[in-house]
Amino acid sequence: MSDQRPILYCRCAYAKVVPEDVKDQVLDRLVDSGHPFESVSDLCEMSARKDPGLLPLSKQKGLRIVACYPRAVKWLFSAAGAPIDGASIQDGEIEILNMRVDSSEAICSKLGIADGQTQQASTAEGT
Amino acid sequence: MIATNRERPRVLLYEGVSSKQIDAQLRRPLVRTLLDRGYTVTRITESSTFGNLGHTELIVLGVFDQLPSLESESKALTIHTRDVQNDTLESLLEYIDGIAQGVSEARPHWKPWFPVIDYDRCTNCMQCLSFCLFDVYGVNQANQITVQNQTNCKTDCPACSRVCPEVAILFPKYKAGPINGDEINQDDLRREAMKVDISALLGGDIYSMLKDRSMKAKSRFSKERDDDRALKERQRCMDKLKTNVEGLDIPAEVLSSLPSLDQIQAKAQQAKEKAEQALAQQAASRQQSDTTHPSATPSN
Ligand code: SF4
Ligand code: SF4
Repeated sequence: MSDQRPILYCRCAYAKVVPEDVKDQVLDRLVDSGHPFESVSDLCEMSARKDPGLLPLSKQKGLRIVACYPRAVKWLFSAAGAPIDGASIQDGEIEILNMRVDSSEAICSKLGIADGQTQQASTAEGT
Repeated sequence: MIATNRERPRVLLYEGVSSKQIDAQLRRPLVRTLLDRGYTVTRITESSTFGNLGHTELIVLGVFDQLPSLESESKALTIHTRDVQNDTLESLLEYIDGIAQGVSEARPHWKPWFPVIDYDRCTNCMQCLSFCLFDVYGVNQANQITVQNQTNCKTDCPACSRVCPEVAILFPKYKAGPINGDEINQDDLRREAMKVDISALLGGDIYSMLKDRSMKAKSRFSKERDDDRALKERQRCMDKLKTNVEGLDIPAEVLSSLPSLDQIQAKAQQAKEKAEQALAQQAASRQQSDTTHPSATPSN
């Protein structure tokens, strides 16, 4: 069953650097899982225009970000004036999952939304 | 200035109290398409809530037994609610795009390509500021290097990341590590130690090639033949450049759109002065703080 931690999914919509099949499969599983989530079209673009929505997202306790390389995501948030605490990433309080490298199965399993892990309409403390 | 899509509505899939789940056949393609079109999509369930992300329009979609009463921290938020039971993907997208068109400006397409600084590594040496001809970098009030004009950056060109001696510049959408944010290994550090000679890139060869090209174009060819000639020369010039700057991965479009020799020299000078000024101010404020707060360590 999926756990209670909030999830932020990045679609990386404006470039083809994240494998399409991985980002589609993860998103479909997430949508089917019943887990609450936030999803954005492109964190890079949000960072470039310093989207104020990144600040409340960065402050979510236990946030799991599904995007790309953790170092990139960390500094994209920072560049937008919404820094993610480095120590929280170190100790796993905030987790960044990398769709450029990991398989969709591995990511879904870490999110607790892989086949057999979810329960429809599971509940969680969201934003 | 980057066009904002903050005015673009946020779409909320409501699967909370007094509602049923949205049909999976509709939900999957709907979320994919909305994200691909630049919307933010949130799903809330019985015990989750939605925070304020700064939007002014919220579109709530659900299969409702009873319309939800949603409260937001933001007073400026307009909420549109729609029962999607009888909707198709097309009808829903039309509805959502219709609301978006009414409140947000069409955004010009821009691939978000710009440098991102890893401040865990950056030593504030200002090499990147001196190097960039397009005013992408600047300094903040604390004289720290910052990325100021993201949209000035030349799409797909990661050249400034190569001049950073600390491997501190990322382009998250670049194809390879460590520039894409991948962890830095010993090989990367060794490679970065053999730094590109900036003067060779901004001066020397490139300047003389550009100069050569423009002199020839001016003096030896008739107007009619100029274009053809110039094209060939530029091609040759670029091939040579590509060999010279091999490894920098600068796209041909960027090389072919380099400013004129005079402009390059003026820009390089300006950037250098800006960097020197920032470094001088930084040194001065460090000196001042040393004077104001002398080291607490007692000397023997
Ligand atoms: S943060 Fe990563 S996954 Fe998201 S848009 Fe940028 S490069 Fe793509
Ligand atoms: S070149 Fe690298 S280390 Fe130097 S200021 Fe720029 S980002 Fe920082």
